[in-house]
Formats: sequence, C-alpha cells, structure tokens
Amino acid sequence: MKRSSLYLVVATLACAAAAAGLSLTGAGATFPYPMYSKWFSDYHKLHGDLEINYQSIGSGGGIKQVTEGTVDFGATDGPMNDTQLAEFKQKRGCDVLHFPTVMGAVVPTYNIPGVTGELNLTPEALAGIFLGKITKWNDAEIAKANPGVKLPGDDIVVVHRSDGSGTTYVWVDFLSKVSPEWKTKVGVGTSVNWPVGLGGKGNEGVSGQIKQTPNSIGYVELIYAVQNKLPYGKVRNASGAFIKAELASVTAAASGAAANMPADFRVSITNAPGKTAYPISSFTWLLIPSKIQDPAKQKAVKDFLQWMLGPGQKMAEPLSYAQLPTPVIAMELKAISKIQ
Amino acid sequence: MATTPVLGERALPPGGARSFLMRLRGGEEIAYTITFTAAAAIFVITALICYELFAQSEISRHKFGWAFLFTSEWDPVAGKFGALPFIYGTVITSVLALLIAIPQGIGSAIFLAEMAPARISNALTFLIELLAAVPSVIYGLLGVFILVPVLQKSVVPALKSVFGALPIFQGAFYGVSYFSAGIVLSVMIVPFIISVSREVLISVPRDQREASLALGASKWQTVWLVVVPNASTGIMGSIFLALARALGETMAVTMVIGNTPQIKASLLAPGYSIAAVIANEFTEATGDLYLSALIELGLVLFGVTFVLNGLARILIMATAQKGAHS
Repeated sequence: MKRSSLYLVVATLACAAAAAGLSLTGAGATFPYPMYSKWFSDYHKLHGDLEINYQSIGSGGGIKQVTEGTVDFGATDGPMNDTQLAEFKQKRGCDVLHFPTVMGAVVPTYNIPGVTGELNLTPEALAGIFLGKITKWNDAEIAKANPGVKLPGDDIVVVHRSDGSGTTYVWVDFLSKVSPEWKTKVGVGTSVNWPVGLGGKGNEGVSGQIKQTPNSIGYVELIYAVQNKLPYGKVRNASGAFIKAELASVTAAASGAAANMPADFRVSITNAPGKTAYPISSFTWLLIPSKIQDPAKQKAVKDFLQWMLGPGQKMAEPLSYAQLPTPVIAMELKAISKIQ
Repeated sequence: MATTPVLGERALPPGGARSFLMRLRGGEEIAYTITFTAAAAIFVITALICYELFAQSEISRHKFGWAFLFTSEWDPVAGKFGALPFIYGTVITSVLALLIAIPQGIGSAIFLAEMAPARISNALTFLIELLAAVPSVIYGLLGVFILVPVLQKSVVPALKSVFGALPIFQGAFYGVSYFSAGIVLSVMIVPFIISVSREVLISVPRDQREASLALGASKWQTVWLVVVPNASTGIMGSIFLALARALGETMAVTMVIGNTPQIKASLLAPGYSIAAVIANEFTEATGDLYLSALIELGLVLFGVTFVLNGLARILIMATAQKGAHS
C-alpha cells in the first residue's frame, strides 16, 4: 500500500516535470555571458515553459561540446575553422550554423607615467610592440602619431592574456591582418606563442599587471575597460582615421563588413572598411546544429533566435554590447529557416 | 572458513568458524575490510589517474616522444609543444618555497611543541590551522596586491644592491617572477610543516626527554639531539606533504609567476609552471593535439612529483645518516 502510493507520487512528479516543458542547454564563450544570461532569463519570463541553461566555459569548450552533442547549442568568440566544421559534420551528420548575436571590441590599455591623454596607436606600432621590435615608448612609429605628447624613453613592458580566450583571438586576428610578420611568425588562436611579454590571467589579471607596472601596455575587452575606467588608446582603422572604441564605432565595423558577409556568417570584422569603424571589433556567435530532431526543441530554438534578433537586440546597449547592424539581422532572419 | 554454524546446534562452533565468529564479534574482520578498502582505494585512484593521463596523452606522446620533455617551444598555433620551461618553473618555485618553509616551519614547530607555554602554543596552533584553510586564490590576490609591490619597492632593490652580481638576481624585475611565486608558495605550505611536525614532536615519549635531562643535557640540547631525531620520520613526512602541495598549486602561482614560458637563471624573471599552464589553457584548447599535450603535461607533473619526492627522501636519509655517525 505504502509502496504503491510512493510509485504514484513518483509518476506524478515525472509527469509534472514533462509538462513543465522544455529545457535547452548551451555552453561556450565567456565574453557574451552577461548578455546571454539576461536574454535567457528574460525569455524564460515570457515563455515559462522553456528554460535555457548556459554555461560559460569558454569558446573552445563550447565548440567541443556542441560537436560531441552534449549540449543543444554552443557559443564562441572566434568562428569554427574548416577542420572543426568537417569534424562536426562527421560526428553529428549535419552542418553547424553560426548566428552572430552581439559585438564587442578589444582595446589597447596602458600605464605610462606622465601620459594622461588618449594615445593614437597605428597598427604598425601595435604589431611592432607585440613582436618585440618596438621596445621604447619614444620610438618614432609611436611618436609620429602623437605630436605634442611627451613620451618617455623607457622600455615597454608588454602584457597579454595567459589563459586561452576569445579576447586574445580578436587581438591577434587584428595583428595578423595588419602585419605579415605577425601572421607568419605567430599566427591566430585563442592562445599563441607570444614573442614578448608577461601573461596575466583574465581581463583582471592583465589590467592588474598594467596598473602595477610603469610603461606597460596590454589589451582588454572594451566592456571591461569602460566598467573599470581604464585608459585606452585610439587605433588607426583601414581608412586611416584614429578611432576610439565605442558602441557606435563597433557597430560601424560590422556595417562595413556586412557588404561582403558570407552566407555562413563566419567572418572576421577586424580591420573592417568604413570611415568610422573601430578596427579591433568582433562578432560573437551562437553555434546551432542544422538538424534538430525533436520538433519542440527545434521550434523553441527558432523562436528564440527570432526574438533575439528583434526585441533582444534592444537589450544589448545597456550592457555595453554593440547591436548588430540592420542588414546583418535581415540576413540572419533568413538563415533561421536552415534549421530543420 | 569451515562450516557455517547453525544456531542452537552446539554451544560453541568448532575451529575456524568459531574464531571467525569471535573475530566478527570483536569487529576485527569488519575493521580489516573497511581499512583495507580505504587503503586500496588510494592505490586504485592513483593508478586510474596515471592510466587516464597516459591513455589520453597518446597523440602528443607519439608525435613528440621524449623530446616533449627537453624542448622549450610552446606554440598552440603551429602545434609545437615542449614542456621544459614549465618543468623548470615548477621545480624552481617548489624548491625555493621549501628552502624558505623548512627552516621556518620546523623552527616554529619546535618552539610550539617544546618551548612555548601551553596556552600560547594552543592559540598559535589554531591560527596555523586557519592559515592552512585559506583558499589559494586569496594567497594569489595577496601576492599580487601586497607582496609584489613590497618586493618591487624595497626587497628586490635591497637584494640587488647586495647580491646583484649573482646570476640569480640579474635582469629587470616586473614583480611577477619565480621569486614571488616561491615566496607565496612558502607561505602556503608552511602550515603543513608546522602542524604535522608539532604533533610528531609532542608525541616523542616523555622518558626520552627525562633521560637526556638526567644526563645533564640542557633543554635545547635535549630538544635538538634527542627529540628532533626521534621525530625525524614524521618531520620528513610533513616536508613531503608540503612539497606535493607546492608542486600542484595552481591558482596562486599563476597569479604571481608571470605566465611566460621561458627558462631564465634569474629568480627575478617571469616564468611558468605546469599546473598553471594547464589551468590557463585547458578550457580553450580545441585541437586534439593541443589537448593531448596539456594532458601529457599532467602526466609530466606526476613524474616530477615522483622524482622530486625520491630525491628529497635520498637527501634527507643521507643527511640523517651523516648526523648519526658524527
């Protein structure tokens, strides 16, 4: 008697859990995590029967887990490369679709005693510093872009991220576009073999090291620099203007790239054309399998993407993320139908 | 076991069965089984970790062979991996930490066990156990924000002015370095040495001390010549525990070591350690070879721990024997 009532309770609970609906699981990039957690919790308020869990374990982990099929969707700060796409196809029997969600930027931040204003930094200067070729702050390459600024003759201390990260990916992607030497000697990745410099863990590790080390330079995410009021420099873009990273100049970078946007959205928008484009900008992507067997899940994913590209975009700016430009949104809305 | 006794058949079951029953009643068998399982679990866990590290690192082991241990290039983009700078950094920081922590730890253990009034000893012991419970990220933060500036402003300039000619104090000092990591580690491992050594010293039998004192030895002579040698095995144990902690420490080290894979003779240069690079790069490591190389680093750390432990054992045994002969 007792036992049968226990069974009844278990059965009821199971039914209740099933009726409470659907849950989607995702994993990946840490950079858009504040945005995603806001979206997923707000979307859950609108659609009580759908719960989306997101674990910010890093882009590499996101790609890995979605390839293995242990999560419903992944998220990454750097697009998957061709080998990874092939591996996905082989393991899952379908394609993986990239959906840009918001944009961010990476900024050079520095600590130079006596220099309080914004420095103008040319791509050549940044590449030279990070290659270890420009070693003094008063080097001609830096000085010529900053007339009137009194630059010290001290050694430059380079600080980079020690942990694998999408921020590093965007930074070195930019450097390898503007410097052939960087491209052949170092290359692009979430971790690279740095020619010079100290490694700090996370944005906070890099900025902490810079604060404590006079004459140092490093790079952090724009959001982090804004929230912590770190000084950061303007960078010269592809059309020759020195641009400060702001939400508008980041969106401008994406608009500049939208004209040549490939159908799979796997595009780097560093050094993008456009007069007002900030050159070290990047999309961050959701990774979604092109085949979702469960019809309920499939519908949920499609509905969410629809919402994210509409009302969801309005929520980006208060959190310091740049919105997608309108032409890109239009392209993505069309691409949703590829999910089957 | 012979036959299972049937209740009521006979008052006392015969032979083996009786002793089994008696032992069972005394808890002997149960205690043996439980303690054996506990001990065997340690062995099984260690073996499993070793096996998994070995199996998962296959790609990297095949590609690089032994060269993995002797090359210093770490280039995830080009797929070239060598462990030498990480091994070097791990060994240097741990040895430095031990050099600082052993005299301090044993010294304070002797004071707490032998010299201090009981009340002070108990209070201090409590504090030391608190110290052991502080999470390593806290030590790392204290290292970055308190220790490093102090080193930069006063300690290192002073060291350089005195020992500046030595190769271990050459070059520019950026705050993060083997030196800073060694100091932070020494603070982290000292509680292990103190707490275990103190227990061992206290448990040296009282009559040993009384005999020594009766022979006319002073208090300090008794401590140094009778009590400490008696406790040496336990003190050694505390040092091994501390060494293991130092080798495997991740968070605090990565925050103060500078995360630069290079080999420099100067302690003031930034470096890298095995545990730190695994923690830093594992989450974003995508390629199979990259992952495999990181896992092989874990295997190497196992090996380094094994070798260093063995060396420390030989060293301590040698010095202990020399002491006994003189």
